[in-house]
Amino acid sequence: MNDKFLPVGVLRKLYSDMALIRHFEDKLVLLAQEKSRVVGMQILANGQEAVAAGVVNALEPDDVIVSNHRSHGHLLAKGADPQKLMAEIMCKATGVNKGKAGTLHLAVPEINAIMTSTIVGASPPLAMGAAFAQQYLDRSNITTVFFGDGAAAEGSVHEAMNMASLWKLPVLFVCENNCWAGAQHLREHSCVENIARRADAYDMPGTTVDGNDVLAVYNTASDMADHCRKGKGPAFLETRTYRMRGHGEHDPCHYMDPAELEKWGLLCPLKTFRKYLEEHQVLPTDQINDIDRKAALIVEEAVIFGDESPFPAAADALNDLWIEEENRH
Amino acid sequence: MVMMSYGQALQSALDIALEKDANVFLAGEGVGTSIHVDPNLPTHGLLEKYGPGRIKDTPVSEAAIAGLAVGASAMGLRPVVEIMFFPFITLASDMLVNHAAKLRYMSGGKTDFPLTVRVKAGVNFGAGSQHSHNLEAWIAHTPGLKLFYPSNPADAKGLLLEAIFDPNPVIFVEEMLLYWMQGEVAEGAPPVSSGKANIVRDGTDCTIVTYGGAVHTAMQAAETLSKEEISLDVIDLRTLVPLDENTMLESVRKTGRLVVLHDANRFCGYGAEIAATVAEKAFSSLKAPIMRVAAPDIPVPVSPPQEAFFKPSPEKVISAVRAIMG
Repeated sequence: MNDKFLPVGVLRKLYSDMALIRHFEDKLVLLAQEKSRVVGMQILANGQEAVAAGVVNALEPDDVIVSNHRSHGHLLAKGADPQKLMAEIMCKATGVNKGKAGTLHLAVPEINAIMTSTIVGASPPLAMGAAFAQQYLDRSNITTVFFGDGAAAEGSVHEAMNMASLWKLPVLFVCENNCWAGAQHLREHSCVENIARRADAYDMPGTTVDGNDVLAVYNTASDMADHCRKGKGPAFLETRTYRMRGHGEHDPCHYMDPAELEKWGLLCPLKTFRKYLEEHQVLPTDQINDIDRKAALIVEEAVIFGDESPFPAAADALNDLWIEEENRH
Repeated sequence: MVMMSYGQALQSALDIALEKDANVFLAGEGVGTSIHVDPNLPTHGLLEKYGPGRIKDTPVSEAAIAGLAVGASAMGLRPVVEIMFFPFITLASDMLVNHAAKLRYMSGGKTDFPLTVRVKAGVNFGAGSQHSHNLEAWIAHTPGLKLFYPSNPADAKGLLLEAIFDPNPVIFVEEMLLYWMQGEVAEGAPPVSSGKANIVRDGTDCTIVTYGGAVHTAMQAAETLSKEEISLDVIDLRTLVPLDENTMLESVRKTGRLVVLHDANRFCGYGAEIAATVAEKAFSSLKAPIMRVAAPDIPVPVSPPQEAFFKPSPEKVISAVRAIMG
């Protein structure tokens, strides 16, 4: 896996992020079963942790990310405060967005996660606009956008890819191909198996990697981020992974093939990476266990913080639509 | 004050904004090099002055043009993008309705979107309903979007400057057929405040509330009716969101009668909101039912007699006023 001989610090960070994301979302699975704890749809990315950790760790802190309805992993890897994130998912006043985003629309501009959209296919044009601003302002940063194989069928994605390539904008398009668009399998909703083939149509480099291999994701994302940062235009990274749960926690998954699910379960990105770290003696087992214990503790504290936080006042629903006159430049 | 056309007034506002703030840029289909060459068009000459880095001709991609505006504004730029004709805004509507309008609210006030979308409206140029369709009620029905709709050169300039430097998203509707209309315009950059209607004719018998090109229809009707000693108070709303309720309510309290006029379709049109607001807040002042003069509920026809039939005329306004004058 580690053919580029990454430093131990990077490997440890990758595993820590993946462990935190897994613990965080496993907890949401449980909370979603108690309807009063979290409201709305819980749309999770269990099984896709290597994509979030691999891509985000390949970015600079000032790089921007634009995410979608399956955003928790991206935001945690980017450095969002787990307590404020959990409180927001619980729609509490102490959440990152004061309880106005909920689980699906999280925006954390303080870590340059400026926008998240649940409109499938909307994130790429938003990211293209953000990347235009980076180019316009002559910044050395890039914008990375996460979208799924389902979103790849939206026209807006193609408009964004064309414009980004035409203007050589620094956008890293990350298509998280988890094999499912709602209840439709990739073979039922896409005319191509490898969505990265579409990059060629927009004259940008496109590569498909094993999305469950965090080092493959990290290394390829690093190269592509470098390409974007050097002003060579956008790049397209397709990560082949699998949605281990339903579209959301409300989904009974009756349409999923248990054999396929089992096959991908064996390819769990955390198990694979843990095995690698142990076998290559990168980290001793007790240190890996410590990372897992710490992640579990962070999540427990986040849940306590969320549970103990108040809901926002009902009338505060009327605030935040407009910037008021006194705040004008 | 200087005389200039409505289109030149818009051009002057864009020029001032581009000059004043390096974060202002223009993007759209043909905003730099257009298929039309006319000094009265709003973006005429700006590419030559500011260059292709700030005046961006785009592919025919309305969703991406609007996405460009939303994404770039979230990063602190002040995009001024053009959607060529009002019905084309349907292609950009996800970015405007689900993103520009909602993302600030859903971020808890953390992310701002200081963008302007210029869109051309107009009936009576024979292009048919996919180029002519007044969708202002759609926009006004989306909380989070401001909506400006100037009727004359002075307002065109002042309101466009107001829109560009408003920290909120603004949909700015330009009345295409007025691009060549001359009028006096203030020099420099005094903006026209949003949410402040203009009483364009002072009268005592009946209030006309209108906006955009229909203001001129109302003024023609007022001129004709003045010969019958019926005096109209004509109110040009100038901005539909925010709406200046006070000016129209004060007028209705004075005249006791209201005719609402717009070029858009009647059913669920913006005029219904005006009528409802007046009925709720000034009912006791009304001496007669509120009348709406609007387009029939059909797509804009292409054939000249049918298109003329579609567009509310001064005669229709006169009939409505006479009907409630008793």
